[in-house]
Amino acid sequence: MLSLVTFFPLAGVLAIIIAARNNANTARYIALIVSLATFVLSLRLLIDFDSSTAAFQFLEESEWLPAYGITYRMGVDGISLPFVLLTTFLTPLCILSSWKSVQKMVQEYMIAFLALEAFVIGVFCALDFILFYILWEAMLIPMFLLIGIWGGPNRVYAALKFFLYTLAGSVLMLIAIIVMKYTAGTFSIPDLMNAPLGFNLQIWLFLGFFVSFAVKVPMWPFHTWLPDAHVEAPTGGSVILAGILLKMGAYGFLRFSIPMLPDAARYFVPLIFGLSLVGVVYTALVALMQKDLKKLIAYSSVSHMGFVTIGIFSFNQQGLEGGILQMINHGIVAGGLFLLVGVIYDRMHTREIAKFGGVVNVMPVYAVIFMLFTMAAVGLPGTNGFVGEFLILLGAFLANKGVAIVATTGLVLGAAYMLWLYKKVFFGVIHSDEVQALKDMDRREMAIFAPLIILIFWIGFYPGPFLEIMHTSVEQLLAQAHTIKAGTAAVSMY
Amino acid sequence: MPVQMPDISLGLMLPEILVALLAMALLLMSAWYGKEGRGTIGWMSIFGIGLAALAIMIGGGTGETTFGGMFVDDTFARYMKLLLLIATVLPLLISFNYVHDNKMDGGEYYVITLFSMLGGMFMVSSGDFVMLYLGLELMSLSIYVLAAFKRNDQKSSEAGLKYFILGSLASGILLYGISLIYGSFGTVSYTGIAEALANSHGHVTPAVGLGMVMIVGGLSFKVAAAPFHMWAPDVYEGAPTSVTAFMASMPKVAAFAVLYRVLIITFPALHSQWGPLLQFLAIASLAVGSFAAIAQTNIKRMLAYSSIGHVGFLLIGLSTGTSDGYQSVLLYLTIYIIMNTGAFALILILNRGGIGDELTDFKGLAKKRPFLAVLMATFMFSMGGIPPLAGFIGKLYIFMAAIKAGMISIAIAGVLFSAVGAFYYLRVVKYMYFDEAKSDFSMPVSSASQAVIVMSGVIMLVWGVFPGSLLSWTETTVRMFQ
Repeated sequence: MLSLVTFFPLAGVLAIIIAARNNANTARYIALIVSLATFVLSLRLLIDFDSSTAAFQFLEESEWLPAYGITYRMGVDGISLPFVLLTTFLTPLCILSSWKSVQKMVQEYMIAFLALEAFVIGVFCALDFILFYILWEAMLIPMFLLIGIWGGPNRVYAALKFFLYTLAGSVLMLIAIIVMKYTAGTFSIPDLMNAPLGFNLQIWLFLGFFVSFAVKVPMWPFHTWLPDAHVEAPTGGSVILAGILLKMGAYGFLRFSIPMLPDAARYFVPLIFGLSLVGVVYTALVALMQKDLKKLIAYSSVSHMGFVTIGIFSFNQQGLEGGILQMINHGIVAGGLFLLVGVIYDRMHTREIAKFGGVVNVMPVYAVIFMLFTMAAVGLPGTNGFVGEFLILLGAFLANKGVAIVATTGLVLGAAYMLWLYKKVFFGVIHSDEVQALKDMDRREMAIFAPLIILIFWIGFYPGPFLEIMHTSVEQLLAQAHTIKAGTAAVSMY
Repeated sequence: MPVQMPDISLGLMLPEILVALLAMALLLMSAWYGKEGRGTIGWMSIFGIGLAALAIMIGGGTGETTFGGMFVDDTFARYMKLLLLIATVLPLLISFNYVHDNKMDGGEYYVITLFSMLGGMFMVSSGDFVMLYLGLELMSLSIYVLAAFKRNDQKSSEAGLKYFILGSLASGILLYGISLIYGSFGTVSYTGIAEALANSHGHVTPAVGLGMVMIVGGLSFKVAAAPFHMWAPDVYEGAPTSVTAFMASMPKVAAFAVLYRVLIITFPALHSQWGPLLQFLAIASLAVGSFAAIAQTNIKRMLAYSSIGHVGFLLIGLSTGTSDGYQSVLLYLTIYIIMNTGAFALILILNRGGIGDELTDFKGLAKKRPFLAVLMATFMFSMGGIPPLAGFIGKLYIFMAAIKAGMISIAIAGVLFSAVGAFYYLRVVKYMYFDEAKSDFSMPVSSASQAVIVMSGVIMLVWGVFPGSLLSWTETTVRMFQ
């Protein structure tokens, strides 16, 4: 079942190669249908999922390269399942949003997108380290092409920077993985969670993983690839990037760094808190200064992901669940905001904030939807943003009051830049003919946002079911995080 | 003193004999038939290589020796010879048109290629240093000629001459090393030296150490490992492209086979000395291969530096001194041969349109010939070691072997250089996919070239995901070194 969900998009790739060689529209429909089918299949996972156990479910195991202990092993638990669903949920929306904006090499675009989806789902399902690494790296190829071929004016630079940054980050992870294999004797992720590792080794391994995940999250100061990649990527690419790829880094912390290297994770909490806080405040300040819509949202992503890492490393139920929920929220909200920017970019072909103004007069529906997403991004009660941020701050407060207080300023700044953005773009008088000529959203565009808006309020008012899925797994993660794995008593710095 | 006749069983050398006879027959034929018959000579040489391959697959790998131990036919020789044949056939298949268009098809081209391969086969099967040297010289001399094959082209002549002079120097160093070893032990046989060393209880005279270093140095020249790499970029660039494709793969197989024989069979007792030596060569090659390639604008030069980098990875695997390491080198070498030939095939295809030597010639290929661009991108990503392609599997096993042998810092250096190296492979993809076309790429693609690139591309994907068969072949091959 899990393999089916993961590799079903690849069937779409084949279908496009065979059936849609010369017909762009067929390629679009195939991609949409396949991604919707994948979503439906993944819902089946949700229905059959047993949230009362923390064990991995839908396990699949078959021999792959037994001589080297590499196995094809898949499975999900309460932590990875939400990300799988998020991926399958956002991909059809991205494909829908690129319906008209992508006009050149449509087949290739859809192929890249479906391949990306398959690899990303695989990353969240993989329970063998080499399988995980292969998918984690393989994902770079379609993303590189998405940014480089269909991106903006500076796309080549952005694509290369994205690729090389992430690659340089992840090669060290490969070394860490192999070292773990020869210390603990296995590539199996569940087994490694229980394998004893010495404290010093844990420290080195943690650093090896840290670089790779920190680049992906991205944490300050490893974030500089993100604004470029976001600004230049096509709308669909930005959505996937913000909505899912960034989550892979934090997922790495949750899945590997904390349960496998708990002593090192506790040891490095001050480092993570420090970098996250700088990230939260500094990038929020940078966001205030941006002239480009996408760049502003890109920096806000870095700021929000800083919250997530604070939540994760506060090592309590509230913080962890808040962190995971906030990642889902951010996937929905930032994804939605990028889609919204895409809507207006398709019409005006500019993202410069100063060129807009008074848009509310010509695009009232658009303004309302944008307002909803702004509120969710700011974390207004009643929206999903509030739930996630509140839980994170609660967790952080329990762990370290100082951190919580500084992090709160990030919230204030977040409200400042988002509202400032809204005011500049939507209010005021219309001062350009281009804005005057804007048409409001059509049905296809509204259809994209409807499911996102439903989720914003659903999680906002009734987050129970969403937290329920991850509850047991988070409890187990907490237990793992507090074990002392190293034989010698490890000194915690806090 | 009675004259002792060495035991001679020619049956063991059947593949070599086949190739030699064929090459000589073809030489006569090319003189006989003149221009009309030349097209068939190429196909006949391929047929002959096929026959040799058949002979190897049916009868090879018995472990017997002949000519008093000069010639060995073991499982390792069998695998490496098959690899040699592949590394010759693929470049031949993709260069028919090139050879014809550049008026290089005087029959000799194929004959010399066959002789070069024959030299490689003798190297692979060598049981002592004399055989090694004979094979090496036959191989190298033939390649010097091939490099200068475009007689009227200044660059090609320069490449041939440069390769010849530096190559002779390297041969001299190798010979000097061999004579030092012979002087110390009174024998040139690999096993004889190994026995003598084992009996010396770890006592190694400076002459032996020096001799070993010189032999490794001479062979490093042949595989173009830094700091013996200076010739490679110029020769790769200047030589006719079809020759470059051949030169980048076949001699490397032969030279690595000899490194196996010399280091693992002859000098296992000196691993503590040659291990660090190879590690130094490996890191130097990786550094040169990844940084110098960035500055290149000519794709043949770029691939020259890239091959230096690949040699760096291979040397890491060899320096471990473990059977995992030996296996990983075979694995990587096999994958390298195929992806490298694939990349050269695309250069040769573009050459037919009058372009293809500059990186910028690839601009916009994806828009005009998406099929060719996908394949080139596959080879580039594979060379860069990006999963799920075979190049990644090769690197993975090298790193696994290195870490298992405790060489963590070398492995870290290796992955970092591979990340740097990814940049210039990506640049080719960038030109093909992100830039506008400046040529219409309307050149025809011969069915032989098409078959080679499609097959290579498919192999990259298949081995990237299911390398099981390759793993078991290489595993059986290196079992004899345990």
